[in-house]
Amino acid sequence: MPYTTQVVEKGTSYSFIAEAKPPTVTMPRIKALMTGSIPGFIDVVVNLNSPALLDDNLIWQAKTAGKRIIFYGDDTWVKLFPKHFVEYDGTTSFFVSDFTEVDDNVTRHLDRVLKREDWDLLILHYLGLDHIGHMTGPNSPLVGPKLREMDNILKKIHISLLSKEEASLPNLLVVCGDHGMSETGSHGGSSEGEVHTPLLFISSAFEKRSGKDQRTQPERVQQTDLASTLAIGLGLPISRNSVGNLILPVVGGKTMREQLRFVHLNGFQLSRLLQENTPAYEKDPGYEHFKIAEKSHGNWIKLYLEGNNSEILLNLGKKVLKLYLEALKTLSSSLSKQVAQYDMYSMMVGTVIIMELLLSVPKALSKRAEFEVPLSPPLFSLLFYLMCLMLCAVHVIVCTSAESLCYFCSMSWLTAVGVMMLISALMCVLKPCSSWSEIDVLILAGTIGHVLSLGASSFIEEEHQTWYFSINTLCLVLCQELCRNNFLLKECDPQHCTNVKQNFDSMGETSECKNIDIPAAIDSKLGKATSSSEFIKGSDKWISLATPWIILICCRLLRSLNQTGVQWAHRPDFGHWLTSSEHKFELSFLAAVSLLLIFFLVQRRCSLVSKIAMALGLLGVYSYRAAIGNVTFPWQHGGKDISKGITEARFVYVFVLGIVFTGTKDLLKSQVISADSSMKSTGLWEVYSGLVLLAALLFRPHNLPVLVFCLLIQTMMTKYIWRPLKFDAAQITIMHYWFGQAFFYFQGNSNGIATVDVSAGFVGLDSYVEIPAIFLTAFATYAGPFLWAIHLLCYLSSEVSRNSAAVGHGCFCYALMRSIPVAIYVVLVTGLRYHLFIWSVFSPKLLYEGVHVFITAAVCLFFTAMDQNHSYRVQD
Amino acid sequence: MREAEIRRLLAANLLCAVSIILAALVPAFFLDGFSVLGTHLTWLCVCSVCVATLNIILHLVLKPSQSPKRSSFAHKISRFLKCCIYFFMSCILFHAIIVLYGAPLIESVTETFLFAVLLSTFTTLQCLCLLGPNVQAWIRVFSKNGAMSIWESSLQITTVCSILGAWFGAFPIPLDWDRPWQVWPISCSLGATFGYMAGLIIAPLWIHWNRKQLTYKSR
Repeated sequence: MPYTTQVVEKGTSYSFIAEAKPPTVTMPRIKALMTGSIPGFIDVVVNLNSPALLDDNLIWQAKTAGKRIIFYGDDTWVKLFPKHFVEYDGTTSFFVSDFTEVDDNVTRHLDRVLKREDWDLLILHYLGLDHIGHMTGPNSPLVGPKLREMDNILKKIHISLLSKEEASLPNLLVVCGDHGMSETGSHGGSSEGEVHTPLLFISSAFEKRSGKDQRTQPERVQQTDLASTLAIGLGLPISRNSVGNLILPVVGGKTMREQLRFVHLNGFQLSRLLQENTPAYEKDPGYEHFKIAEKSHGNWIKLYLEGNNSEILLNLGKKVLKLYLEALKTLSSSLSKQVAQYDMYSMMVGTVIIMELLLSVPKALSKRAEFEVPLSPPLFSLLFYLMCLMLCAVHVIVCTSAESLCYFCSMSWLTAVGVMMLISALMCVLKPCSSWSEIDVLILAGTIGHVLSLGASSFIEEEHQTWYFSINTLCLVLCQELCRNNFLLKECDPQHCTNVKQNFDSMGETSECKNIDIPAAIDSKLGKATSSSEFIKGSDKWISLATPWIILICCRLLRSLNQTGVQWAHRPDFGHWLTSSEHKFELSFLAAVSLLLIFFLVQRRCSLVSKIAMALGLLGVYSYRAAIGNVTFPWQHGGKDISKGITEARFVYVFVLGIVFTGTKDLLKSQVISADSSMKSTGLWEVYSGLVLLAALLFRPHNLPVLVFCLLIQTMMTKYIWRPLKFDAAQITIMHYWFGQAFFYFQGNSNGIATVDVSAGFVGLDSYVEIPAIFLTAFATYAGPFLWAIHLLCYLSSEVSRNSAAVGHGCFCYALMRSIPVAIYVVLVTGLRYHLFIWSVFSPKLLYEGVHVFITAAVCLFFTAMDQNHSYRVQD
Repeated sequence: MREAEIRRLLAANLLCAVSIILAALVPAFFLDGFSVLGTHLTWLCVCSVCVATLNIILHLVLKPSQSPKRSSFAHKISRFLKCCIYFFMSCILFHAIIVLYGAPLIESVTETFLFAVLLSTFTTLQCLCLLGPNVQAWIRVFSKNGAMSIWESSLQITTVCSILGAWFGAFPIPLDWDRPWQVWPISCSLGATFGYMAGLIIAPLWIHWNRKQLTYKSR
């Protein structure tokens, strides 16, 4: 940015590095810039749909002071300040793949507005750079031209402001960023790059400085400081909840008296905020400092009015100023700690509900357990009513005696009573547990290990490592299990063993498919594998032995596809290599091969119609990616303009809906008309393949191999491990859950906000439409766990002949597997709420867990729907 | 007789454990700047060589597995070569498993491979000493209730302990404590070593404790 650099070097400007507090997402950052307060994490959720800002803020103050404000840019501002601007033009920020139009929308007004004289404040919010970061990363070739464009705009504004200035007061041009950009071009977390933003004040009112000291590192300030500084600079009252400090150098040109007055104003506002928030404010060191500074300020004024010697006065003034600054710093740091208030009562209620779910673990582990909510027994028990009464009493006492505001108390009474009833019903359902079997304890130990790891912030940051480690170990244990099943025959029956051995040898040499006939008499202990199918082909046996190794290799490949987490996120990975613009051909090839493989893996169990629909849909996916410029067709050599690919994407949506619809139709038919279980499993599989197609559309092209390997692993596990080894439903469920979790991270997700791929929410949409965008983004993010869960349903319902309660049992276990970590995590977070990383590590994880619980709930509903059909049919 | 054998086992195992401790301490007098953490690769080599030689010597001296028939010199040579090949293969296998667990494929190959060698020394080498290059016997020993002497029970325990130690050793790697022992593969190899030593000490005690229940069927 040559012009800006020139301005910075030549003086008449002050530059700082403003530190933003996480979450580094647009809406909370705008709030911070304008109110000076620190918004909470819940604002990330509301980020998608921003309601009007009701707190005291700079814009409102300016409007009441009669300033005329014009705004162009991100429409988050328009939503936050709906009636504050005399003129505005909002641009939707959510169509992330658009780099130029968002900025042209802002710039096109610029010439006209700069000529006019009828405004006091002009706010421009440019989005292009953020979008480029989101889509192509910080090293993209698009960044350079964009920065140059921004520089030209700055030049234009600055020159026009200078030309206007002769007549009126000097103008101030503030250049700042709401948040930075991480290594991958995203934002939301708390890494260096995301938190540090530039802050540049340009005004002719500043005195020109020599070029030397500009070369030094700019000073660090807080982002919230901007609100106070601007308010003082504009002569407005500082907004009430601001925790910012005045950035002193900006008003450095004023006389000492004025400077002292400014810091006094700032300090007064901060100390009043402290008085409102803490009862024991008088003991706060910041407040004490402020009082001392105020006193010496009074002395200074006295001296000043007496007309004392200017030299002494100046020195004294400097001392007072220093006192004030110190007071300001302590005040705002103690305020920042204050701002996060915790609502213990609501936290406790949530914890109790989840803990009760957790306590039903032993019930789930008994073989007969099914997921059903027994409604009638608790309603008639005395215990239930007693519990309800007691909880209501507690609720009334807590809510009437609590001084601070409490979320749970502010809910309507009907909801509160509902929650009470839920708690007591769950309490009644809990019965003494049955005995645990050995293998259940073993799997639980793994789960508990993961849960305990949630207490450490670095294990949360690197949670993917935990899951990769567990599924690797799982594969090795499965391998050992397979070996035992395949070779144990030799142990039990030595003479038979030699027989089998010879068979193996001959097979190895001639690759014949001889059948090993195993007498049914000896199958009691050895090899469930052999008993399940009486004839196991030799080649199958070797493939089944190789399966865990193939899965391990797949997992290793996927692991190096996307590096996530924090510590090793910067390592080079295949994903970055593929998305860089030089490797477009490789990416296209990989995407095409992946789509082909997806077709082959999915089509086996589909009907003919859905096969054709699937093929067309996958073709559509490729042409969509080609249309938006991610991949190329072999016959096309550049030069094709990039569109949003709306037609192509909608073409695919039609097929997704079609396949899902056929599946649902089959399911309904199997339920209502005939008791045909094959129809049902085909229907389920079709629903599953529809979802796979949707995932293929939403995944970035370099992530398509994740989908392929997901299908491949599912197919191999089903055929060679789960079927022959006859695991029970709980074990299968837990394996599915573990793989689902691992695939969540294989997709490139992490426990930081920054990795959510927002662009998935805009596939095939013209503009931001809330409901579908949220749905699509959630689906794309949780595709791994979701697909595995649906596959679990497909598998369990195909096993119904073996174990009629499998689906219900699986569902119960799945719900539990989700609620155990969440329950413990909620307790941990409550305990760790004063932890240093509570906002940067624990809170985003909590958000992920929350959304995941919702998705699990949806999956469980689907499960129960399927299962009820089944039980209904059995009753007939 | 059983008691005497247990005592011999205890002595042999304690000797192994002491050799590991010496392998960590003695080279500091001969090599400049030697420390387990600082020059980890050297320590890995020294430790594997120590344990390997001691195991082979113990095997030759104690002869826990009596081979009934006298074999020819050529047979012995081929057996020895087979053992070498098996050992090398187990190193490669361990290396592959470690890489599958997420160790870098190209960077720090030496570290990974030496760690694999250490693991093989703790596990495969003992199997080779005791059972010879006989896969059937291996499978027998490592299936349930397959041990036929206290030496084989001890082998089971030490092998499982060293692998579990290496497995647990990977846990602290993602923590952000920035300690020197969190660097790959130090925590894992230390875990494996501690696991092995724990196994060496646990094995005789466990066998002594359960000597009434342990009945080895002979063939």
